[in-house]
Amino acid sequence: MSAKIVARSAEKRFQTRAGWMTALRDFDLEVAEGEFLCLVGPSGCGKSTFLRILAGLDHATGGEVRIDPGPDPRQPLANVVFQEYAVFPWKTVLHNVAFGLEMRGVGRREREATAHRWIDKVALTRFVDYYPAQLSGGMKQRVSIARALANDPQVLLMDEPLGALDAQTRAVLQEELLQLWEESRKTVLYVTHSIDEAVFLGDRVVVMTAHPGTVKTVIDVDLPRPRDLSVMATPEFAALTGAVWDALRDEVRRAMAEQA
Amino acid sequence: MPGSARGAGGPAATAWALPLAVLLATLAAGFAFGLWATAWWALLAIGFVCVVLLAQELESRLALRWRGPFQRGLALGFPLSLLLIWELLAGAGILNPRWFPPPSQIAVALWELTVTFDRFNRSSLIGRPWLVPQVVSEQGWAGVQELVRESHVWATLSRVLGGFLIGALPGVLIGMVMGLNRTVRMMLDATMSAIYVLPKIAIFPILMLVFPNPFGEGPKIAVVAISAFFLVAISTMAGVQGIDKVYLEAGRNFGASRWQMFRHVILPGALPIVFSGLRLALGTALIVIVAVEFVRADRGVGFLIYYYWQVLVTPRMYAALVVVMALGVGLTALLQWVERRVMPWRRN
Ligand SMILES: Nc1ncnc2c1ncn2[C@@H]1O[C@H](COP(=O)(O)OP(=O)(O)OP(=O)(O)O)[C@@H](O)[C@H]1O
Ligand SMILES: [Mg+2]
Repeated sequence: MSAKIVARSAEKRFQTRAGWMTALRDFDLEVAEGEFLCLVGPSGCGKSTFLRILAGLDHATGGEVRIDPGPDPRQPLANVVFQEYAVFPWKTVLHNVAFGLEMRGVGRREREATAHRWIDKVALTRFVDYYPAQLSGGMKQRVSIARALANDPQVLLMDEPLGALDAQTRAVLQEELLQLWEESRKTVLYVTHSIDEAVFLGDRVVVMTAHPGTVKTVIDVDLPRPRDLSVMATPEFAALTGAVWDALRDEVRRAMAEQA
Repeated sequence: MPGSARGAGGPAATAWALPLAVLLATLAAGFAFGLWATAWWALLAIGFVCVVLLAQELESRLALRWRGPFQRGLALGFPLSLLLIWELLAGAGILNPRWFPPPSQIAVALWELTVTFDRFNRSSLIGRPWLVPQVVSEQGWAGVQELVRESHVWATLSRVLGGFLIGALPGVLIGMVMGLNRTVRMMLDATMSAIYVLPKIAIFPILMLVFPNPFGEGPKIAVVAISAFFLVAISTMAGVQGIDKVYLEAGRNFGASRWQMFRHVILPGALPIVFSGLRLALGTALIVIVAVEFVRADRGVGFLIYYYWQVLVTPRMYAALVVVMALGVGLTALLQWVERRVMPWRRN
């Protein structure tokens, strides 16, 4: 399969009051078309930075980061599901989900039909006309996921999308997310702090070093699909999370020592 | 604490007996030892606490479905009983009726003010709307205009609304630009903040010089407009800057153009703060206009207050105060209505 996301010796430096600060360095990564790739790493290693560059919210200061085959007038490049949901409080569920299409100038009837379809898929049919303030955290994040998917981007970027949710809601949403993904097999870049989540969702798990962030190891997750939560009880799953944790442990220690 | 008594639901007779006893004792002591003259504030405080305790105790004994009506009753009943007490105290001569005329007298004065036409000043409170049919048949629209012009309420209302709109709309506009553009913000912020703290009534003399007719409506509307402008501009700027960055990023990530960004993210995101600025500005507009009418007007509710104070017809002065309150309440309700329409997502 061809590469969808390519990063070559990518570098990102921030200018701060204390001088230049390197967030990413020598960052090499290829994500295949249709792959679900999970990115883990110690806090502050540059995961969000990389994702923001892909999302077009920031620029690499060196090297190359691109999405192939590049911009297409018919399909947006990459849409983000933010950790803080970032669903607009002033829009109803319907208008939140239709937001991307509206920005692209899709006509009212068509975009609302599409939005309705995605709202059905994330089981919010009863809540189409609700405002986010009337929804729980899990429901808001479903809106955010539907908003990104309804826009049908080439790549879906998720930055700790379930991080703020309680464990049960989180487990339910992980399964729902996998079902949605099985239907579309979109290229996904998924940042998470949870090793279990990374192994459960991903085709591969990329472990990053502490800052400045580079790729430390890539672990292939060869668990069969479609997966459900029962896979977490298998010895294969345990072995994989163990391998990720082995790679991560030293980096977390280093990051903590640096912050101390 | 009545809270614990309510929680236990116990038969604590003391829960109401004690505050009631204290209340009666306080009142009795107040009259017996002539404490009202010197320690009225302490008696009032003790009395108020007792009344609160009694009301809470009473509420805890009510069935759940009666508590809502009970609380609404309190909201209405408490001010009504204050009025009643005022009435009684003024009637008994404990409050000097010259300075604190009983509410009944104020109500009568309000009625008189409404129905009478002041021949000397050629004015009336609300413009005698019951004359409209007669005037229209005799003089046509010119007559109606005449009636409108004689109305004190209309004079104040038109100045407040006119000035508020003339000031608030550009205020929102400039505030938006200041919130969005750093250069503009840097250039204007210090100046705006300096003028913001200036009591706008202080520039009224200047405004009188600026306008060709210093005694006309121009300076009065202008001073209201200026007061509203700075308040609204500064809060709009704060509203725009206070928008959570994550919404701006979401907008950008979904490809919003500049205009779409403004229309779908910045405008609605800033609205709550814009409206709190508008509420402030409306209140200020009312203060400013009453002050201006004290000084320089022959129409307007502020003029009425000052006039009846000067001629010592205090019931009418109070009546005019009541009208100002009604105007404030009405205008605030109007703004809240607009607010609910414009921001349906904040309804609950
Ligand atoms: N706009 C910025 N200006 C300066 N430094 C920044 C900026 N954004 C991020 N950084 C720094 O870059 C580094 C990487 O940040 P980033 O947010 O990408 O980390 P992360 O891996 O997402 O961490 P976390 O897991 O805590 O979300 C951090 O040290 C951070 O302080
Ligand atoms: Mg992050």
